[in-house]
Amino acid sequence: MGTGMERREFLKLMGIGGVVFVSGLGPLAHAAGEKGTKDDFFFVQLSDTHIGFSDPKVNPDFAGTLKKAVAQVNSLSIQPDFIMFTGDLSHTTDDSKERRKRLQGFRDIVADLKVKTVRFMPGEHDAALDNGEAFQEFFGATHYTFAHKGVNFIVIDNVSDPTGSIGDVQLQWLAGELQKLDKDARIVVFTHRPLFDLAPTWDWATRDGAKAIELLMPYKNVVVFYGHIHQVHNQMTGHIPHHAAHGLMYPLPAPLSQPKKAPVPWDPAAPYKNLGFRGIDAKVLKADYVITEFPVKKG
Amino acid sequence: MAERAYRLAVVFLVAAIVVAGFAAFGACADEPEQVIKVTAKKFEYSPNEITVKKGVPVTLEFTSLDRPHGFNCPDLAIRTDIMPGKVNRVHFVPQKTGTFEFHCDLFCGEGHENMTGKIIVTE
Repeated sequence: MGTGMERREFLKLMGIGGVVFVSGLGPLAHAAGEKGTKDDFFFVQLSDTHIGFSDPKVNPDFAGTLKKAVAQVNSLSIQPDFIMFTGDLSHTTDDSKERRKRLQGFRDIVADLKVKTVRFMPGEHDAALDNGEAFQEFFGATHYTFAHKGVNFIVIDNVSDPTGSIGDVQLQWLAGELQKLDKDARIVVFTHRPLFDLAPTWDWATRDGAKAIELLMPYKNVVVFYGHIHQVHNQMTGHIPHHAAHGLMYPLPAPLSQPKKAPVPWDPAAPYKNLGFRGIDAKVLKADYVITEFPVKKG
Repeated sequence: MAERAYRLAVVFLVAAIVVAGFAAFGACADEPEQVIKVTAKKFEYSPNEITVKKGVPVTLEFTSLDRPHGFNCPDLAIRTDIMPGKVNRVHFVPQKTGTFEFHCDLFCGEGHENMTGKIIVTE
């Protein structure tokens, strides 16, 4: 894929090492939506950009990090089919006008992306104080589905409810969307919070996430991508892999690795360490996904 | 003869259970339920360090001074919403000693992630 992809830093899944394969992907015939072009495709996930955060001890380039990531995405030699932002676009503020200003600031920066198919979902910083009202003004629905080249994408909102819940209404919607699909359909789920109890004492959980996982369990080919924890983390619930992404403002420590959750301070010796975005190669014919982590570069 | 010995053994066993039960009940009965009032506001609990005794029933009485908050102590499996205008109660009997973190699990604003505390369970 050229120089951009040559910088790949492949993740490990379940300690096996090497490329992340999200295995068990079934035939194309049952995919909903677009019917069966058998092309592989590539998409990019960016997360936790936290526009409005401004502590220079944590990130002295708080105003420039997302711009660098946008430039790096634009420099990829093969452009992704689409780009997904998995929440916390803005850093929280109690001031509703300031919240809109931050969301606008975020939107202005990402308008420079060359790829114009860009999708968004909220994090709790964007949406939990007003039940997603400001987010929806800028970016539309907080939960939705779309299909691309035979893969079914489901965006679940587990942040607009300030309790960190999906809620019964959305769970019913999810059940209805899943009922449209065959059990071997390929399904990619995006959430902000982890659906499973990664670290409940750090609020790294979804109160009713187990109900969503229960709905997904009958489906053979499901993978979940999420944000919230500002670090790469891979975990299985049954046959379903869950992949957390780096953030683009500040890293957070490993789950429960210290008494209190707090941003990892900036390291002048290693600027932008553990900040980045990821590319996902959806190898449709080979039935796997390849995840690539891109560290932000100094510029 | 064997049957008599068996009956005696059963009687002793039942007696032992009853005595142990009374002893345990007596120990708890000596200790009145702890009722602890806790206020919640952006972005702190007061007190944020709560000491209780193992085996002694506890009621935490939460009131919010401003907006909805949450209380969640996953390691003790207790939680409640803390809604303004009412007293929100949590009952539990600590079964293990140690220090257990709790946090607000209802997103409440800029300092939400620092709204934490701990429950210390002593012997």
